[in-house]
Amino acid sequence: MSDAALKTPKLDELEKGKWPSFVTEIKMAAKKSPMARDLLGQLEKSYRDKLGYWKHGGIVGVMGYGGGVIGRYSALPEEFPNVSHFHTMRINQPAGWFYTTDSLRKICDIWEKRGSGLTNMHGSTGDIILLGTRTDQLEPIFSELQKIDFDIGGSGSDVRTPSCCCGMARCEWACYDTMAACYDFTMAYQDELHRPAFPYKFKFKFSGCPNDCVASIARADMSIIGTWRDNIQIDKAAVTEYAKSGMDIKADVVDNCPAKCMEWDGKELNIENSYCRRCMHCINVMSKALRPGKDRGATILLGSKAPIIEGAMLSSVLIPFYKMEPPYQELKDIIERIWDIWCEEGKNRERVGEFIQRVGMGNFLDAIELEPVAEMVAHPRENPYVFYEEYYEEGDEEEEKES
Amino acid sequence: MAKTVDEIAEAMFKLVKDAFGQKKLKPMDLTKAMIELYGDEVDKKMCKEAIKQLINSGRCVYTYFGGSYIEIPHREGAAND
Ligand code: SF4
Ligand code: SF4
Repeated sequence: MSDAALKTPKLDELEKGKWPSFVTEIKMAAKKSPMARDLLGQLEKSYRDKLGYWKHGGIVGVMGYGGGVIGRYSALPEEFPNVSHFHTMRINQPAGWFYTTDSLRKICDIWEKRGSGLTNMHGSTGDIILLGTRTDQLEPIFSELQKIDFDIGGSGSDVRTPSCCCGMARCEWACYDTMAACYDFTMAYQDELHRPAFPYKFKFKFSGCPNDCVASIARADMSIIGTWRDNIQIDKAAVTEYAKSGMDIKADVVDNCPAKCMEWDGKELNIENSYCRRCMHCINVMSKALRPGKDRGATILLGSKAPIIEGAMLSSVLIPFYKMEPPYQELKDIIERIWDIWCEEGKNRERVGEFIQRVGMGNFLDAIELEPVAEMVAHPRENPYVFYEEYYEEGDEEEEKES
Repeated sequence: MAKTVDEIAEAMFKLVKDAFGQKKLKPMDLTKAMIELYGDEVDKKMCKEAIKQLINSGRCVYTYFGGSYIEIPHREGAAND
């Protein structure tokens, strides 16, 4: 790209309005980085021509790893030579996204020296995304990152970089230590993370409570969501305080309870806990008065995905309650069995949720040696789809066919 | 007699080499092919080790085209200088 003042009328439109703009950020980087400058040029041309000018690179990576580098080449290398190669690197973020400023500076120093200087903190996978570098820089970057204790994350048909909410580090609702679990699973599945061996990607996301701040129910093949199995803890004095300070407990809390299991008589709040769906609504609204119960763990759900090949899916319950205690062996054994059957029978690019839909939940549970239970539902108290053979007397089937 | 990891890696490499340009093979395709070829003389764990050996030695590389595959190293069509 020539040094003449770069005109970007199309991109400038994206700087208008009150929101932060990635264009502003790239322009700032372009003052120092020729790569960022050519990126602006190519992007402007793309917007003008309504054409994407990136080519997909399927081979680039670092020695020994099968994921973590997403290859991109410009289709216009003569016009924009500085983005002729523009590979993205996914870097495994620390659990809960906690950094020291020192480690962030070190990452940025490496990236300014060896890449475009542009980052995306963080990508939808949870990783640190380093945007734009050349093939010959990949190994040096990898080795420099390792020296500061960072590793490349997942991409392709492998375990994607597990991610978690900040959990017990900052949040009083955490029903288990999400950061410890996320770290443990990341380390346990290093092979699966770096060596793609699955039919397609497999994501773990750990949320400490049903608020599900990492949206694991919608975005993780295995969603591990904190919950409790005893009663919601109530501080009656604090409930009274809320009422005195003007909160309409009936309208704002009781009437919005999806299970309709709360009662407020103007003086006392009662919860029929056996009907509670652990949705967190009442706890979120009256955070000083209500808390999750004391017997805490997680619900393990399986099968969500974004709508790439087939439509979007939400995870559904696989294990209603699991005590999330290291080394999480029972859960890991189930995971191994899931991977075994999915790898054996899954089609190319078939997510585990789609696989279950294809083979049927009954067959799937059979294969992973898990007993069906009534709580394995797609939605609380609705739509139990497990087929209980023992509910049918011999001969029922024939009668059904005849009717 | 059980096959060694080296022998499995060699057989896998031949498969990958012969398939180059015609069919992309996934790691599971290689494992299944080995089990079909050698039956009880191999298991999934050994196949995993054999793949690791092929990748770590640089004889094969992982590639990504919608899904992940194992191929012999080559210059791809999309690459710029
Ligand atoms: S998911 Fe729950 S525990 Fe985790 S940060 Fe959000 S509210 Fe807190
Ligand atoms: S957690 Fe949800 S379902 Fe349970 S009592 Fe509170 S509002 Fe109702």
